[in-house]
Amino acid sequence: MALGSEWVLAWARESARSVDEQRTQLGELDRAIGDGDHGENMGRGFSAVVAALDSLEADATPREILRVIATTLISSVGGAAGPLYGTAFLRAADAVGDRTELDATAIAELIAAARDGIVDRGRAGVGDKTMVDAWAPAADAAAAAAQAGDSEATVLAVAAAAAEAGAAATEPLVARKGRASYLGDRAIGHRDPGAQSSALILGTAAAAAVDPADESAENH
Amino acid sequence: MAGAGSTPRVGIVIVSHSALIAAGVVELARQMAPNTPLAAAGGTDDGSLGTSFNRVNAALASVFAAVDAGGATDADSGVVVLCDLGSAVLIAQTALELLDADRRARVVIADAPVVEGAVAAAVAAEIGGDVNAVRTAAEFSRGNAPTAEAGAAASVQPSVAAKVTGAAEPPAYVRTVTLINRDGLHARPAADFVRLAATFPARVMVNGKDAKSLLGIMSLGLLRGARVELSAQSDGAEAVDALARLIESGFGEESAL
Repeated sequence: MALGSEWVLAWARESARSVDEQRTQLGELDRAIGDGDHGENMGRGFSAVVAALDSLEADATPREILRVIATTLISSVGGAAGPLYGTAFLRAADAVGDRTELDATAIAELIAAARDGIVDRGRAGVGDKTMVDAWAPAADAAAAAAQAGDSEATVLAVAAAAAEAGAAATEPLVARKGRASYLGDRAIGHRDPGAQSSALILGTAAAAAVDPADESAENH
Repeated sequence: MAGAGSTPRVGIVIVSHSALIAAGVVELARQMAPNTPLAAAGGTDDGSLGTSFNRVNAALASVFAAVDAGGATDADSGVVVLCDLGSAVLIAQTALELLDADRRARVVIADAPVVEGAVAAAVAAEIGGDVNAVRTAAEFSRGNAPTAEAGAAASVQPSVAAKVTGAAEPPAYVRTVTLINRDGLHARPAADFVRLAATFPARVMVNGKDAKSLLGIMSLGLLRGARVELSAQSDGAEAVDALARLIESGFGEESAL
C-alpha cells in the first residue's frame, strides 16, 4: 500500500512523541561525549514541528509537509543537529517531488536523499561516529528491499533495523567529526547521540507505516 | 573592473555563535565601509551562545534588500557570508540552500577568518567589487594577498582589483612621502587609502605592497614619521600623485591630537 501525506504526518507526530520520551536518554548520551543538549534540542525541535503541522492545509502534499518539518527543525533545533536534520528533510522533500503516493522505491529514494543531505552538510562518512552511521546502512537496506520488491512497510522496517544496528555500532568508534572528535579515545564505549536519534526517527517512520488494523495482515 | 569607487553592489553578513562578536565585526567593518550593506547574525533567538537560523535569514534578507535597493541587480551583485565555527557554517549553508534560485546564485560563503576576512571584504565591497572579488578579498585576508613579488599567484588568484601591469619592470614613476598623521596607517586611513587607490586602473605599489590590498597595506605597520614609497609605471603617475596628496593631508587627522 503506497504511503502518502497521512504517513508523513504520522511519522512526524510519532517522532515528536518518541523523541520526547527519549529526551533524557539522548541527553545522557550527549553528556558523555558532547555538550549534553541533544535531547533538549530535539525535543524542542519536534514540539515545534507538531505545532507547525497544525497550521498546514488539510490537503498538504508529502513534499509540503516534509518542507515544513525541515524548516521548523532548522530554526528550532540548536547546534549542528538543526541544519543536519533540516537538510535531511529538505532533500527528502525534493526527492519526493510532486508525488502524492509513495511506493517502495520512492520511500527508498526519500531515505537515500536524506542520507545524502546529511553527508553533504556534515561532510562525515561512515565510521566517523555520527548520524551518518545510522542513515547510511538504513538507506542501503531500504534500497535493497525496494529492489527486491518488498512492500513500503517492509522497506521502512528494514531501514529502521539497519539504523538501530548502525547506531549501536558507533559505540566502539573514535569520533572523527563534531564535538566528540575532540575527545579522542575517550569517546570509545559511548553511543553517538545523533546516530541514536536518527535510529529513533527511522524507527517511527516504520511504525507510522503500519496501520494498527492491518498489522496482523501485513505480509512479511 | 567595473564601477571602481561606485556604489557598493555586494553586502556582507557575519554569522557567529556570539551576538557580541557578530555585532563587533560589523562595527569594525562599517568603519572601513560606511556605504556597504552589513548585517550581523550572532547568537541564538534569545541572544545566548549559538547560531540562529532565523537571525541568519533575517540578516540575508536585509542585506539583499539593501543591495537590490541600490539598483545593483546584475548577476555580480549579491551577498558574501562569513561564519565562525561549526554550526554557524552549517546553518549558513542550510539558509543559503533555502533561498530562492535568483538569490541562491548571488550569495557565497567565504572560507576566511571572520575578523580579517570581514574587514578585507568590506573594503572590497565599498570600492565596488563584485561577489567574486569580495569573496577573494576575504579569502586572501589570511595574509597572502597577491603582491608584486607574487605576480604569478596574482594571475591565478586575482586580488580585489589587480591589474598586473608589468610587475617585473622597474617602476617608471616613484614618489616618497612621510606619514604625518598621529596614528600612522591604521585601519581607517588604510581603508581610505585603498579606496582611493582602487579608483585608478593603474597598479601602484606601497613599500612593495599592492596599494589596493588593505591587509597588505596594514601589514606594513607604518607609523607616524614613516617614509612611504609610492611607485608605478608611467600610466600610474596620476594615481601616485593622488595617493601622495592623501598621505600628506594627514587623512584629516591633524586636529586629532
